[in-house]
Amino acid sequence: MRVEITDEVIAAEEIVAEIKAGEDGAVCVFDGIVRNNTRGRKTLYLDYEAYREMALEKMRGLADEAVERFGVREVALVHRLGRLVVGETSVLIVVASAHRGAAFEACRWLIDTLKKTVPIWKKEQFVDGAIWADGEPFPDEIAVAGPERQG
Amino acid sequence: MRVRVLYFGVLKDAFGRGVEEMELAEGASVADLIAACRGRYAGVREIWDSMAVAVNQEYARAEMVLREGDEVALLPPVSGGFDW
Repeated sequence: MRVEITDEVIAAEEIVAEIKAGEDGAVCVFDGIVRNNTRGRKTLYLDYEAYREMALEKMRGLADEAVERFGVREVALVHRLGRLVVGETSVLIVVASAHRGAAFEACRWLIDTLKKTVPIWKKEQFVDGAIWADGEPFPDEIAVAGPERQG
Repeated sequence: MRVRVLYFGVLKDAFGRGVEEMELAEGASVADLIAACRGRYAGVREIWDSMAVAVNQEYARAEMVLREGDEVALLPPVSGGFDW
């Protein structure tokens, strides 16, 4: 299980090549890259920051849970921090499995869950200003207010 | 008792710092700490209802009682967006 938070460029092709094993029938890759705009506003770069120790621990937990839930063989989960420019990979998820269905499902679940529960934030620098990206609300089981006070 | 409080994302910018030591009454809960922060930094009111809190790197509920030396992190919603 390769789970990392890095300040360096993510070597996506290398990670994908490394994970493959004889018993795999499918490798599903999610490559999250920096888009050149948000709702039409031109993006110069993104600054990612994390509660690093906790984020890494949560990512390890997600990788383990993906294997357990979907029965996939192996998962790589790598997130980059710091300043990223348009087109660069901020998060890479690779799932290797005997069959494609489980690989697709695990990959989708991993990115969706990571983006709701792993403490990493991004600040978007535009030509004309900067904002912290609006995050998705925390799931009820995580939000400090809890389900009874949500909504 | 003293706890170590960490701020991230928009909170870090709003508060002008990423970490501070805070003095709280014995038996204070996560909710008490949030109330104390809220009082001091009224400017970012809308964030409080959508936040999560981690105590010693685990997500915690408002009613959780804090202890001397705890590391408490105030976490705005994470860098999501469902627009990827």
